[in-house]
Formats: sequence, C-alpha cells, structure tokens
Amino acid sequence: MLLMSALVSGLGLGSMYGLMALGFYVTYAVSGTVNFAQGSSMMLGAVLTFAFTRTLGWPAPVGIFCALAICALYGLVVEFIAVRPFASRGSDSWLMATVALGIVLDNLVMFTFGKEPRNLPSPLAQAPLEIAGVNLGIYPLQALIPVVGIALAGGLYLLSVRTRWGKAMLAVAQNSAAARLMGIPIRPTVSFAFALSTLLAGIAGVLIAPLVNVNSDMGTLFGLKAFAVAILGGIGNPWGVMLAGLFFGVSEGIVTVTLGSGYTQIITFSLVILALALRPNGIFGRAEVKKL
Amino acid sequence: MALAFTRRHIGALLASTVFAGAFVTPALAADPIKIGLVTALSGQSALAGEAISRGMTIAIDEINAKGGLLGGRKLELVRRDDEGNPAKGVTAARELIFREQVAVLFGGLDTPVSMAIVPLVNAEKTPFMGPWAAGTGITKNDGKPNFAFRVSAVDEIVNVGMLDYAQATFKATKPGMILVNNPWGESNEIGLKAALAAKGMSAVGIEKFEGNDVDVVPQLTRLRSSGADVLFMVGNVGPSAQVVKSLDRMGWKVPIVSHWGPAGGRFTELAGPNGKDVHFVQTYSFFGNQSETGKRVIASLMAKYPSIKGVDDITPAVGVANAYDGVHLSALAIAAAGSTDGDAVRQGFYKIDKYEGLIKTYEKPFAPGVHDALQAKDYVWAQFIADRILPVAK
Repeated sequence: MLLMSALVSGLGLGSMYGLMALGFYVTYAVSGTVNFAQGSSMMLGAVLTFAFTRTLGWPAPVGIFCALAICALYGLVVEFIAVRPFASRGSDSWLMATVALGIVLDNLVMFTFGKEPRNLPSPLAQAPLEIAGVNLGIYPLQALIPVVGIALAGGLYLLSVRTRWGKAMLAVAQNSAAARLMGIPIRPTVSFAFALSTLLAGIAGVLIAPLVNVNSDMGTLFGLKAFAVAILGGIGNPWGVMLAGLFFGVSEGIVTVTLGSGYTQIITFSLVILALALRPNGIFGRAEVKKL
Repeated sequence: MALAFTRRHIGALLASTVFAGAFVTPALAADPIKIGLVTALSGQSALAGEAISRGMTIAIDEINAKGGLLGGRKLELVRRDDEGNPAKGVTAARELIFREQVAVLFGGLDTPVSMAIVPLVNAEKTPFMGPWAAGTGITKNDGKPNFAFRVSAVDEIVNVGMLDYAQATFKATKPGMILVNNPWGESNEIGLKAALAAKGMSAVGIEKFEGNDVDVVPQLTRLRSSGADVLFMVGNVGPSAQVVKSLDRMGWKVPIVSHWGPAGGRFTELAGPNGKDVHFVQTYSFFGNQSETGKRVIASLMAKYPSIKGVDDITPAVGVANAYDGVHLSALAIAAAGSTDGDAVRQGFYKIDKYEGLIKTYEKPFAPGVHDALQAKDYVWAQFIADRILPVAK
C-alpha cells in the first residue's frame, strides 16, 4: 500500500516535471540553447490564468487561451532579447540573460499580481480519485497531467518527423548554414521553438496551478527540477525527457515513503549524478555525431 | 591687517560657536528615536509583515501623541523588507543599525531570519524585539549579554501546549509530526520531543517537507502507516495549506494541532474547506469581549487604515497585537534607560515594572534570563470559522 501510494503520487508529480522539461527539449533541439527561466514561464501561465478567470471573471476556456497565447508571445520576447543577441555572436551569455529575464518577470509579477499566494480552484481538484471504492490519493487533475504530458511528447515527436515545420526544425538543428541555403527561415524557426517552449511551460502552469499556491516564485524549484529531468532524460529526446520526469517523481515518492523525507533530495539527486555518470548524454540521449 | 582680522574674527568665531551650540543641542534633542523593523514585506509572508507594521504604527502614534520619549523626542518607524530571506534580513539589519542607528530593532515572522540577525544585535549591542518569530533560540541564545527580547509565542512553550491540547481535545496517544524543513521546524522538533519525553511519550513518526513541496502525500502516508492519531504541524501558510490539501487527497481525517503558521494569510482559500479543521495557537484575538486597550486599538486601526472596516480585517491578529505591545514595552525600556544607548535600553527592559497592554497586564515581564514576555497561560487556541480566526479554547 505504501509503495502503491508512492507510485501514484510520484507519477503525478513526475509528469509535471516532464511537462516542464519538454520546453527545454524544444529549444535545445533547434538552437542548442534553452530558456533557463522556464520556471518563470510556468509561473506566468498560472498567474495569468488566475488573473483572467478569477480576478477578471472571464470564462475558463477564454482565460486559459489568452494566458497561453501571452506565454507563447513571451517566448518570442525571450528569444529576441535574451538569446538571439548572444547566440548570434557565438557567446554563451544567453545562459545568464535568460535567468536575468526570468528574475525580472518574477518581480514584475510580484508587483502587479501581489505578494500573497492565491488558490486557483479547479473542478478536477476537488475530490480525490477513487477506483472501485479505493482512494488513489490523487486528484483527477493529477491523473490528467501524465496523459497530457505523454500526448504532448508524442505530438512533438510527430511534429519533428512528420511535418515540414518539424523537418525544418531538425534541419536547423543539424546544420543551420545548409538549412538557410535550402531556403529554411532560420530566425523564425528558432523563434517558433521558443514560443512553443514557453507555451509548454504555460500549459504546465495552468495544469499545476490548482494543485499548488499561485505566486510569483512558484516556478523556481519546479524549473530547477525540470532542468535536472531534461538532462537526465537526454535533452534531445522528447520521450526520454518525459520518462525521466516520471522516473524522477516516482523516485522522490518511493524514497520518501521508504526512508523518510530527510533523504528524499539527497538520494534523488545522487541518482541523477549516478545516472549521468553511467550515461553522460542522459538515460535516453545519444552522443552527438561529429563529422571531421 | 592680517593680525587685526585674526583677533576680531577669533572672537566672532568663539561667540558664534557658543551661539550655535545653544541651538544645536535642542535640535539634537528633537531628533526622532528610530525604531527599526526587518520583516517580510513581500512574498508569502507579506501580510504578516504588514500586520506587524500596523501594530507598531498604532503604538508609535499613541506614544508620539503623548509627547514622545526622552524629553519630547518622537518615535519614527523605519522598515526594511527581508523577503523571508536570512541573508537579506542581516543586510537590512546592518543598514538599520549602522546607518539609521535605530534604538530598538524589531524582527518579523520568519525564525530563520531572526536567528540570523540575533548574533549581529548581540555583537553591536542593539536591543532586538521579536513580535512574531517563535524559534526558541531567538531569545535563548549564546549572547553575553543577550540583547534579544520577545513579545510572542515561544516554540518550546507552544510545543508543551500543543501536546496538552491534543491530549485534552482529541485524546491523542500516538502523535506524529509534519514539520517544515528549516530552523523553525528543527526548533519545534526539539521542543515537541522534549514535551513528549516529559510525559513518557514519543512520536510515532517525524516527517519533514519543503516550503515549495507540491505533494506531501508520501510523508503523510508514512505517518498514517505508523498509526498516528493526531498530527503536530509546523509550517507557514502556503506549506501548511499543502499539507491539508494532501490529507484531503488521501481521504485521511486526522486531527491537526498546529503552530500558528496558518494564521499568516489566506489559509482557508489556499487549503480548501478542510482548512477549518486545523487547530492552531494564537496570542490574541480581536473577537469577543475586549479590554479598554483592545477597544482603543481597534478604533485606531479603523481610523488609520481605511481597508479595516471591522475586526474581521485586523489580520493576522497576533502580528498586530504582539507588535503593539512590543513597541510600548520598548518605549518603557528606553524611558527607564534615559537614553538610546543599547546596553542602557537592554537593562531598561529589566526595569519595567507594570504595563497594562493589549494582550495582558505585564508585571515585571523581563529579567536577566527571562526575555520572553508571554507564557503558556497567555496563549489562545483558535480555528478558522467562516474564514475568521476565532478562539475555541484558552
């Protein structure tokens, strides 16, 4: 019973990490860069959903759609002012620039949204899920998150191998100069990837918000763990990233119920180090082929 | 020519110095006495910081209306935001001590921040008044002499009260602990273990959770499997709400006896309908019959802050009440010291004889080795009833 509870709870938690980590995959696959403040993008999705649906009283579908649209636009801003000026000159300073932009966003939200954490109710997070009279210890929303995460991972995979857009993104990732010569618009492709990345983080924010307290620093720890998950899974593999999220979440749950919460962070992050020592490119990642 | 100029002007210079001195001295006497406050004014504990600010402001207004202290010097509140972060708290405290030269420094909600500031105030001989943070080590520190005083609950006393209340109210015999993983949680773990040991008991399980944890079900599952019949909870508003939500998901109806973390914000909104089942400690409630001081403070708060329409809006009450009494006791200490010298004010606290305050009538509240003005009999047990913090037991 203990392990079953840990498994169910860990799957719900892990799918949240995986969903966030997919955002890292999308931009890395196209440009070799990531938005390190992905947690802030998640926070933006949650806070805007709260503002539109609770403060302004808009219908939930409208509020969520507008929140996600703004998250996607924010991705364009991230790419335009925190990544492009540095990446185009071969500098790695986008690492710090994306973190700095995230801090700016966190503080802007704190000043505008307010200082207090708020609750975003959801009909899917009111009563725990039961199967055959057995309480599973999770809300229906927590069961929905892995479904959404796996569906998005599958969608991204299909996008990358079955569509012209996806193939263009892969071409840019493999050889941007050759892609440009083939007529593929490099900059719009990279911008699109960042918009998609923050959109995914926004979706994570909308889904997670009813389970946590909505506030300006809610994304910090999530962003950190999601990045660990992205590296663990192999940042270039959407399935790997999602599965690593589930692995990380379940590990947290099992360590907590078996050894106690004092050991949770020590053991789960030690497992990450061990996994990367054995598989330096992530559990499901592959080493980049370098042609000489 | 030069000699004549020198003689004439030396005389003028001496005269002007004496003349100016006559004006400078009264100007210094009229300088305000600065009272510092380092607390969370942003983030999850912002509401608590605002409550402390309001309690202090009302008390300062009262003292200034009566002519101030030390021959007419008015009190002035100088606030800094620690964002609930110990490092930022220490930086802010340094600024208030060295640049603003505050006579007394007040702390905020977070025990880790106050614990970080206490070594500084002891080293710099600046009296510190804690109006909220309950960590035992804040006032029981290694300072010789000790400059930290408090008008608030104290963990080790609260912990004894939590056990007594759980036994009396819920007939609890197998308590479990769910504690936030920070110095405040550690302070309570020590206090609760000591309280249990004094009665020949022990906890069936002790679990920790992080302030940003989304899901506390694994920790609670361990406590349930170990047979806990009551939970002792220690955490601020957000984390405590996550514990209650996790219990709800598990469908585990277990009594929760909590430290006062849930009182610091929108607990019932964050925790959902089960938030009302949490029993927690308070030092004061503005509901019910009020003393003359209580009536006066309520009226002053409503007059000063338009957002306060009634006692419902005076929240969190403990922050307002503790800070109000803390300022008055500090003022009595400064008056007894006859100056703002740090060590003199520290000894001034020991000279306070009697003060009819908001929370109670204080009689010799401080003495060497006794730096906490409130004791177990001053605590009140409360619950959220219709979104109000209402006392349910003394």
